Amino acid sequence: MPAPDASSRPRKVNRLGLTPSDYKGKPSTLCKGCGHDAISSQLIRAFFESDVRPHQVAKLSGIGCSSKTPAYFLNHSHGFNAVHGRMPSVATGAVLANRRLVAVGVSGDGDTASIGIGQFVHLVRRNLPLIYIVENNGVYGLTKGQFSATADENAALRSGEVNRLPNIDLCGMAIELGATYVARSFAGDPKQLVALLRGALAHNGTAVLDILSPCVTFNNHAGSTKSYTWGKDNEEPIHILDFVPAMDQIEVEYEEGTDQEVQLHDGSWVRLRKLERGYDPTDRRAAQELVLEANEKNLFLTGLLYLDTSKRTFLDSLELCDEPLALLSEDQLRPPPEVLDEVVASYR
Amino acid sequence: MSDKTALVEEIAPSDIDSEPERIVNDLAIQVATVNGSGSQSSNLVLLRALFRMGIPVGGKNLFPSNIAGLPTWFTIRANRDGWVARKRNVDYLVALNPQTAIRDVESLSPGSAVVYEEGLRLERRRDDLVFYPAPFQELAAEVTREVRLRKLLANMIYVGLLGELLSIDVEEIFGAIESQFRSKKAAVELNRRAVEIGIRHARENLVKRDPFTLERMDKNRGKVLIDGNAAAALGAMFGGASVATWYPITPSSSVVEQLTGFLKRYRNGPDGKATYAVVQAEDELAAVGMALAAGWAGARAMTATSGPGISLMSEFVGLGYYAEIPLVIWNIQRVGPSTGLPTRTAQGDILSTYTLSHGDTKHVCLLPASTRECFEFGWKAFDLAERLQTPVFVLSDLDLGMNIWATEPFEYPDRPMDRGKVLAREDLERLGGTFQRYADVDGDAIPYRTLPGTEHPGAAYFTRGSGHDESAEYTESEEAYVRIMTRLDRKFETAREMVPPPVVDQAEPASPLGIIGFGSSDPAIEEARNRLREDAAIEMDYLRPRALPLCPSVLDFITSHQRVVVLDQNRDGQMLQLLRAEYGDRIPPGVLRSLRHYSGHPMDAQTIVDYVTEMEIGAA
Repeated sequence: MPAPDASSRPRKVNRLGLTPSDYKGKPSTLCKGCGHDAISSQLIRAFFESDVRPHQVAKLSGIGCSSKTPAYFLNHSHGFNAVHGRMPSVATGAVLANRRLVAVGVSGDGDTASIGIGQFVHLVRRNLPLIYIVENNGVYGLTKGQFSATADENAALRSGEVNRLPNIDLCGMAIELGATYVARSFAGDPKQLVALLRGALAHNGTAVLDILSPCVTFNNHAGSTKSYTWGKDNEEPIHILDFVPAMDQIEVEYEEGTDQEVQLHDGSWVRLRKLERGYDPTDRRAAQELVLEANEKNLFLTGLLYLDTSKRTFLDSLELCDEPLALLSEDQLRPPPEVLDEVVASYR
Repeated sequence: MSDKTALVEEIAPSDIDSEPERIVNDLAIQVATVNGSGSQSSNLVLLRALFRMGIPVGGKNLFPSNIAGLPTWFTIRANRDGWVARKRNVDYLVALNPQTAIRDVESLSPGSAVVYEEGLRLERRRDDLVFYPAPFQELAAEVTREVRLRKLLANMIYVGLLGELLSIDVEEIFGAIESQFRSKKAAVELNRRAVEIGIRHARENLVKRDPFTLERMDKNRGKVLIDGNAAAALGAMFGGASVATWYPITPSSSVVEQLTGFLKRYRNGPDGKATYAVVQAEDELAAVGMALAAGWAGARAMTATSGPGISLMSEFVGLGYYAEIPLVIWNIQRVGPSTGLPTRTAQGDILSTYTLSHGDTKHVCLLPASTRECFEFGWKAFDLAERLQTPVFVLSDLDLGMNIWATEPFEYPDRPMDRGKVLAREDLERLGGTFQRYADVDGDAIPYRTLPGTEHPGAAYFTRGSGHDESAEYTESEEAYVRIMTRLDRKFETAREMVPPPVVDQAEPASPLGIIGFGSSDPAIEEARNRLREDAAIEMDYLRPRALPLCPSVLDFITSHQRVVVLDQNRDGQMLQLLRAEYGDRIPPGVLRSLRHYSGHPMDAQTIVDYVTEMEIGAA
């Protein structure tokens, strides 16, 4: 069995001298056992292990159970719980104002796949540097259990109501729209999730993580295809994924069984050990076919579905200056009086 | 029969062929064409030539919501005394649109002149007008053999015809052509030639028989010709706009389009890269969401839109109010409700913008009345938004925003930027590392904020649109809710002290009659006041609010007059409603009179003069 990579060894303090509790948030007010809390825990772990400075993080969200969670991790980061379905625009504005922010957006399946799908589409198209987490449980939890647009066709509510509409596959959409880091995971698979989150932190561009996150109150029964049991019984990782930070790379020998390594923006690597599928996540067509196949056969394929490290980000397209716009001084923002004279003269 | 009527009958129509009196520098020229025909360049050349002759001018474009094929009218008003508001009567019509020519001619007052495509045979329609026919297509064919260009150049032919008929200085026309086409030498040559052919045709074929003429004056020294949206954009750039997010909508699109042009030219950092971000968003919801979050993160953020966009922005604006986030929103008003008349002007969003969003909300609204104020409020709006930590609206309209106005040059901001109450790392260290995001520390109801990215463990707070207490923690406590909402109400009182005060022009002692009007109504009000004074010896004091919330001096003005006309460019008298809501029974009964103009046309003086004259006859 291959040795675990250096980064996943438990540490009391990280390279910044911070402890995991420095990354904690307020106590969660979600239902006991909610998948979202499991994801928050892995976010805390990922930010801690990746030595992210909490003050550099901006947490953005829309409305819903998932969108409450930014209050439950990273207390020392600014958070913005905005309006329903509009996390993408809020994340965009924040990153435009301060490009040094590490932006993590948390959304749900109602927030993203219904009311916010337009903003999701355009955010992905722009490739804004952002970790976009969809905590996907197939129902509207906060309004007590209505189906969402990611509910599988023929899935049943506890009340017996059956969903007759096909589901929207957010990973498939993200790949189609040009997202550069697309993953599907499971709140019940912390090891894979933390590696995917760390990879997303190292990636420069939009990272979409569609995470099955069971709703223990409204969608965890037999007949649900978004329950813990269904997830555990059906999860089929497409590869075993390790995250190798840049600084650890030299210490770690090439591991037996590694099939593919892809270097990320900050110099770190994702290391993939292929399983029976022999899947290459840098192949966009293969990714699209994989998603189609999963949908047709109702498979729960998890892992890094797609990765493109070459595409330019929205900030590159805008040719923004390196200094955050929010921190520019008055003499950088207000041209001198001669400029006003020059412009005015052109209107004579 | 009164003497007046008899006089009119005596001079019309038989006498118009005799030597007419000369009317110098006082006329409205209307060019009726089809949109997409390229007449806008010719109209701007004409306008600029008059402007450079030193004559006060203004240009108004009445255009359809269409790209090509529907009627459009461009009106230039030249007036030696500086009155350039819309004038209801046209003195000089250029009739090139067969679709509207007959109606256009029928609407003219006796004695007006018509320059027209001779094939339209308009001379048969009236016998009390002066007709100047010309074969436009034939003349254009002399300029160029290219059929594609002929249509465009036909427009420049009328510039030549009018130039000759109205004695416009031909050198100023040529100069205006050069400004219009700048470096395109071939275009300058062709257009000059078209003008020359127009002049020659008029000289050889037309006999001047109308009284209108133009003479050089010196009233535009130092002035510029500019539209309000360009002025707004320029003001925003000098206000340090760093994030502008928008979605195209008439009549606001040219705010951010022109801003982008200015920023590209003048706002690049030492590394040659942009010190700004302009994003055309997917819709107005995203546009305002981006701007709001950019303001939250410390940028000088703005968006520009019009009625339908304002409706879509409603939810985010409520968040901005409650979570106290600075943001500047330009609302270039057009005619509603719904799609309404998207290319016509109105002041119909006053109430809806003032209280935009659900729950108890109210917003600072600036009300510019001129291109100079568009510039001034363009930069001041950022100071107010950041000082007050709230969305600030600037309510312009299509008339002010898209039409062309002569104005004194803009004044460079007279004070440094006010970035408001932002705590940096050093401030937090001094405070011992704690701060309460929504606490009223200074007694002015304005709290302190920190920006994301501030390197201090105590800097972070959680922004939310849900119930929160002073520490920005989630709460459903009724006490906390009431405290925060009451403080927001007090903050609005702080805003009342900070916004631009009304402009008051009042006789000493005060006349019994006053008028309250705002925004683009201003030129028509000033012209009406002058005419009432000169023609009817009626003195009308004037108060022009420049912002909401209203200052206490507005009530003083109302109570110191017996009759106050409130002029609204909307059906429901929205400013009147605001005054009543604000002052209630402190306004003596019967004082406020409501004049409502909502045809979609810009405000004109005659409407005010007629209303006031009738009212004063009643009062006497």
